Amino acid sequence: MIPLIQQEVVQKEWVSVVDIMDFIAISESTPGPFAVNISTFCGISASGFAGAIFATLGVILPSFLIILYIAKKSDRFLNNKYVRFALLSVRAAIVGLIGYVIFEFMELAFMNNIYFDFKALIVFTLLIGYFIFRKIQKKKANPITIILLSAFLGIFFYGFIP
Amino acid sequence: MKKPKEKNRKNKLLLLCLSFLKIGAFTFGGGYAMIPLIAKEIVDKHRWITDEEMIDIFSIAECTPGVIAINCATFVGYKVAGFWGALLSTLCVSLPAFFIICIISLFLESFKNLKWVTYAFQGIRIGIILLLSMAVLKIGKTLPLNIFSIVIILSAFLLSAFTNINTIFILLGAIVIGVVYHIFKIKIIGTREKS
Repeated sequence: MIPLIQQEVVQKEWVSVVDIMDFIAISESTPGPFAVNISTFCGISASGFAGAIFATLGVILPSFLIILYIAKKSDRFLNNKYVRFALLSVRAAIVGLIGYVIFEFMELAFMNNIYFDFKALIVFTLLIGYFIFRKIQKKKANPITIILLSAFLGIFFYGFIP
Repeated sequence: MKKPKEKNRKNKLLLLCLSFLKIGAFTFGGGYAMIPLIAKEIVDKHRWITDEEMIDIFSIAECTPGVIAINCATFVGYKVAGFWGALLSTLCVSLPAFFIICIISLFLESFKNLKWVTYAFQGIRIGIILLLSMAVLKIGKTLPLNIFSIVIILSAFLLSAFTNINTIFILLGAIVIGVVYHIFKIKIIGTREKS
């Protein structure tokens, strides 16, 4: 998606080459769908608040319309034998794809240049601790709690411990 | 007699909005990390759809062009409350991101220098690993344990690790292989039963 945005937005001179790098970096570290973040940024940069609204609506609209169409038809085709086969192997492929994303995030989080980041390991262990604690209680770990807890642990370990 | 039903529907739409505002505000690191959030809000808390339906929706959302998070929100919203559900879910999942970016763009220079935002995100990156693992476990549990699943999982992993092939083509490849494999399997079982 990033090359597409760069091509469209930078060539039309709505956003400068330097700014787009900042926008991408911030969009990756703020909550919400990346596409919404980056198009809001580009919209504001091109023509203020109204630009932001139109850019965001523009990036949402194709997804919305395509899925709306598929969702309407889905009751009929989801019971189709071949669609079931296809979805089963898509699931397996998604497991593999997420597997690699986990691998990438681990490398990003644990390897600080060439050094192993022990603080990251402590944070990870504490988070796993919370996960297991909930399992013992026979409850499910709350993903929102995990995000808040990890943000807090990040600030604590990287900000306050030398 | 029409009124209580109408009120119920409005309540449902309102709850749907709140759920997707939450999901939008806590989705970090791409669409995959969204799965545990949807599972928590839509499946476990409100029981509007089942785990199985959610995974189907996510699989279709992955294979469709567009923004995966939006695809998911639209589809789930439609499943729960039809067209209005789809529209409101889509808007609500985008709103937190939209407003956060609007605010940040006002203070862009000082935001870049905020040390504790960097620290928080360093932590969140680690939290995302856990959310992604939860997503893998959830989907993995629904797969039949056979050589076919293992081959597909491994090839998807290796292809995304060592080649630049776009995700959508990996998924399309999986669809083709999956359908062909199952057609052959049915044929083989069919001929065996005949003989």
